[in-house]
Amino acid sequence: MKVVLRNPRREVEVAGNRRVKDVLRELDIIPETVLVIRGDDLITADQHVKDDDTIELRPVMSGGRA
Amino acid sequence: MKCRKCGDAAVIELRRHNAAFCAPDFQEFFRNQVREAIRKHKMFTKDEPVLVAVSGGKDSLALWDVLIDEGYRTTGLYLDLGIFDYSVASRGKCEAFAARRNVPLLIKRVEEEVGAPVPVIKQVTRRPPCSGCGLSKRYLMNRVALDEGMPVVATGHNLDDEAATLFGSVMHWRTEALPRQSPALASTHPKLVRRVKPLYRLSERETAAFAFLRRIDYIVEECPFAVGATSIAHKDILNRMEDAAPGAKHNFLFGFLDKARPAFERVEAVTLVECARCGQVTTGTLCAFCKLSDQVKRSL
Repeated sequence: MKVVLRNPRREVEVAGNRRVKDVLRELDIIPETVLVIRGDDLITADQHVKDDDTIELRPVMSGGRA
Repeated sequence: MKCRKCGDAAVIELRRHNAAFCAPDFQEFFRNQVREAIRKHKMFTKDEPVLVAVSGGKDSLALWDVLIDEGYRTTGLYLDLGIFDYSVASRGKCEAFAARRNVPLLIKRVEEEVGAPVPVIKQVTRRPPCSGCGLSKRYLMNRVALDEGMPVVATGHNLDDEAATLFGSVMHWRTEALPRQSPALASTHPKLVRRVKPLYRLSERETAAFAFLRRIDYIVEECPFAVGATSIAHKDILNRMEDAAPGAKHNFLFGFLDKARPAFERVEAVTLVECARCGQVTTGTLCAFCKLSDQVKRSL
């Protein structure tokens, strides 16, 4: 699956078919520091993401990285 | 995960509240937190005009959005810092928001008021850019409010901002800064307007989620000068603590406000006088803004 990161904007490929919190752990991102966006929706960390999903991890801190 | 209120699918989990909410119930939770802040600290009434300081970021635009919907009489104030493309983009976000919501927006340029934009102020003073910038913003917010006959300025400071500022002050034991840190500072002089922070009960992640769900178009990129700022490092540390113990930021800030701040307030009483040059409030002969402005003009 594709993960869009910000500041600077970039994309990484990671394994899907698991929970968002597992993806965050692999990328070493604290859940408190990002919004997880899929399409036009926010999703919670316990949700499953599929291999063909794209999610954006938007830092909530102005100037924060994700 | 299910919404605590209605049982629908949740879009956000708030670990410190041991809760999760669907989009409509989260927005109601958010508005309730703002209502509670305004009520508890008697920030302003619906009869008073409120100057809302907006930067184009998520916090200040989310605040303005809530206050408009709550029926407050608001005017936005955007301070153009002259920081290259960042200022152009952030000003555009504020103008678009004001046009969409059909609310008045005042714009002041730091270059006109101080004599130079923030990047030049940084070079002239040889101090961190946030120093001259913050000073100019606080001064101009107060002066514009006085000029416009508005008794109160509201800013978008959130729980994370306040906890990080407190953390920085405590790390250096800046005891003179502690009594000034409050969700609401009363007017203690005829030329000092009330300053309030209606988002202080809401975390940065909550304001970002609210702005996203309300489809507010805000600037995600931060000021180029904020890169490496100490406040961002402090926020990182606090977020690691929050991850290990949800509620850590809240307890740190609210514990200070409830238990410690009154003690520092008694110790650090100051006398306010009017600046000999501009007439704004200061503790010395010339205010810091006039000194900065002099320094800038001498060097140009």
